[in-house]
Amino acid sequence: MSNRIYVFKVFERFWHWSQALLIIALLVTGFEVHGSYKLLGFATAVDTHTTLAWTLVGLWVFAIFWHFTTGEWKQYIPTLQKVDAMVKFYAYGIFTNAPHPFKATTLKKHNPLQRLAYLGVMLFIGPLIWFTGWFYIFHDKWVEWGWDQYLSLEWVAFFHTVAAFMMLIFLIAHVYLTTAGHTPTSHIKAMITGWEETD
Amino acid sequence: MRAKHLLLLTLFAGATAWSALAAANTAPSGAASVEPSPDYPKMTMPPPEVKPPVAKPSKSTADHSKFKELQVDFKSGPEVTAACLKCHTEAAKQVQHTKHWTFEFKNPQTGQMLGKRHIINNFCTSISSNQEFCSACHVGYGWKDNSFDFAAQDKVDCLVCHEKTGTYRKLPGWAGHPVYQDVEFPPHSGKIVKAVDLKAAAQSVAKSGRNNCGACHFFGGGGDAVKHGDIDTSLSNPGKYLDVHMDKDGLNFSCGECHKTSGHEVPGSRYAVTAKDEGGKAHMRGKEDKNPATCQACHTNAPHKHHARLNTHAEKIACQTCHIPEFARGKATKMMWDWSTAGKLDKDGKPFTTKAPNGQVAYDSKKGDFRYEANVIPTYVWFNGTVNYTLADTKLDPSKLVQINRFEGSASDGKSKIWPIKVFSGKQPYDKATNQLLIPHTYGGEGDDTAFWKVFDWNKALEAGMRSVNQNFSGEYGFVSTEMYWPITHMVAPKDDALSCAQCHQPSIGVGRLDGVPGVYMPGRSANKLLDTAGWTFALLTLLGVLGHGAGRIYAAKKQGAKHHE
Ligand code: HEM
Repeated sequence: MSNRIYVFKVFERFWHWSQALLIIALLVTGFEVHGSYKLLGFATAVDTHTTLAWTLVGLWVFAIFWHFTTGEWKQYIPTLQKVDAMVKFYAYGIFTNAPHPFKATTLKKHNPLQRLAYLGVMLFIGPLIWFTGWFYIFHDKWVEWGWDQYLSLEWVAFFHTVAAFMMLIFLIAHVYLTTAGHTPTSHIKAMITGWEETD
Repeated sequence: MRAKHLLLLTLFAGATAWSALAAANTAPSGAASVEPSPDYPKMTMPPPEVKPPVAKPSKSTADHSKFKELQVDFKSGPEVTAACLKCHTEAAKQVQHTKHWTFEFKNPQTGQMLGKRHIINNFCTSISSNQEFCSACHVGYGWKDNSFDFAAQDKVDCLVCHEKTGTYRKLPGWAGHPVYQDVEFPPHSGKIVKAVDLKAAAQSVAKSGRNNCGACHFFGGGGDAVKHGDIDTSLSNPGKYLDVHMDKDGLNFSCGECHKTSGHEVPGSRYAVTAKDEGGKAHMRGKEDKNPATCQACHTNAPHKHHARLNTHAEKIACQTCHIPEFARGKATKMMWDWSTAGKLDKDGKPFTTKAPNGQVAYDSKKGDFRYEANVIPTYVWFNGTVNYTLADTKLDPSKLVQINRFEGSASDGKSKIWPIKVFSGKQPYDKATNQLLIPHTYGGEGDDTAFWKVFDWNKALEAGMRSVNQNFSGEYGFVSTEMYWPITHMVAPKDDALSCAQCHQPSIGVGRLDGVPGVYMPGRSANKLLDTAGWTFALLTLLGVLGHGAGRIYAAKKQGAKHHE
């Protein structure tokens, strides 16, 4: 019989799924703006991307606030403990039905690899996308604000796109790893219902 | 009497050399006719508006038909001018200071002496030695050679810009005079151009309208729509589709509405263009230090009320770039003129013309090969308003394309905007010994035995042309490829027809409007290829990695399941 523990609060689940939708939509519209394909039409893609970008920014501001007021930010403190165990698990253990080396609890929701990955997303990819995205959004004001002397749209777009590719790669790996819980669907169910099945 | 006949005879005979001018007020006569060359200025103006039976009082405070001075049977243009000058004492002096009279313009930016008197272009090339023909579009009477007196006030032609009957026409070959007797024109065409009614013309005068300016400017380059691509007879009475400002049922602007003239000085010149009007505020009408003909003069630099992003675009992109999506939207314009093939004669030794499938002239013995196009997508270039000309004394490299007029500008000089232009290509004579452009003597009157259009001999024509500017012709000529730029700025389309974002950023035809313009990062078109390759490769590898991992897990699970069963 499996045990269940409550890992993800309502806000976290709301945050997670709305963020997931936003990021996927931002990827789709962003790469259209980038010129990779035609889907919505350029003008619509730009407008949608810009609106979604502001929405994501709003969501993050809210989420940061939430994490600090609830102390949940500690979930992301990096630890190297057991990182090797996690790596070994994904490399061999998972194929031999070895036990998952990490047990999620309400206090420790993420395994050490997740902690590192999410921290990377939040401390590196996120800010890179934000800052370059903001520079991009305010391109109309560069001349007025005197920024045009220091910035070039070419490089702003370049780093924004670098971050976008990293986000895409993260997304692919992340979606796959959600199936690598105690059962293939246990992580996903947890993020939907809040309850994670453990052994 | 004798003298008059002689003059007439000369006029008739002189006329035999040219291609045809189909005329508005010509009536067919029984005379046998040669098919006129359709390329020549079809100066066919729409008929003047019919006056309503009970005339509304004119907006003007003066009715010129009531002036005694004008109730005279004038014999010549200069007589009319003398009458005008009795009241308008300063008018001729003013006109004599303008390019319309001097055909001369010293460019303050480059120091180059320009104007029709100095430039050699790649259409008819030069007016030198051909004034008798070309001065049909001079605001003067009698300029037929270098002896013309530019100080004579009665030689100023008031009527061509101010008369309103629509019947006053200056034919090429009359040195700027209208015809005072009925003449067959074009020669041998069987069509008669009636003698001008100078009294009616003089009494009709008013502010210049579209057809006054158009009498010359619609026909630049030798025919309707030939030269500019954005100025032709379709602007005489345009609908909104063609020109939002001149729309006859809408704003109904005259040319002068933008080219706000004062003291006969018409602002807004192609020789020194205001490529980037910094006017943050509208400087509409009356402020003398600015060019009133720019878009910004009325619309400011930030005219898009609901789309700030478009105003930012306008910092780098001329309004015309988006708002004149195509040129030659009224009539096909000439895009190419190759003089090197001119001079072929038919088996009877006569010049001939041929037509392209679109009905436009494709070849004319007098001029060579042409190409016309309609609804042309402009070329786009950075332009800061400075234009550098290849002049008569400029050394050129005949192995390269010679730019008759180079538009200066760049993404980084802070003075440029991206402008739409018409690029007119040609091939024209140059001197192989001096590597300079040559001036051909093309038009010749009675007894002329050097004009190209009479004798079809380049050596004679070039020798005579160069002699007219006191230069030697080495005797060795070749044809060099040239191109000339024309800023596109008229025929502003309705806003719904302006370029969409996608036409530059996501072109469905594969080529974006600004793809060739350097120095701008354009989302959708300027992606860094290296980054794209790296990014997509890593993403793909990640995908393959997780799929492989997943397959491994499924395989392992199956094997274990099988073990359990054993
Ligand atoms: C997961 C999040 C995001 C992804 C994957 C993403 C992706 C992209 C990509 C690929 C482009 C095309 C860049 C180019 O080729 O020029 C782009 C454009 C842009 N992005 Fe993002 N982006 C994201 C978030 C944001 C955020 C948060 C902002 C603002 C704070 C933002 C603002 C912009 C702007 C303004 C543009 C340019 C649109 C235009 O041409 O006006 N993006 N984005």
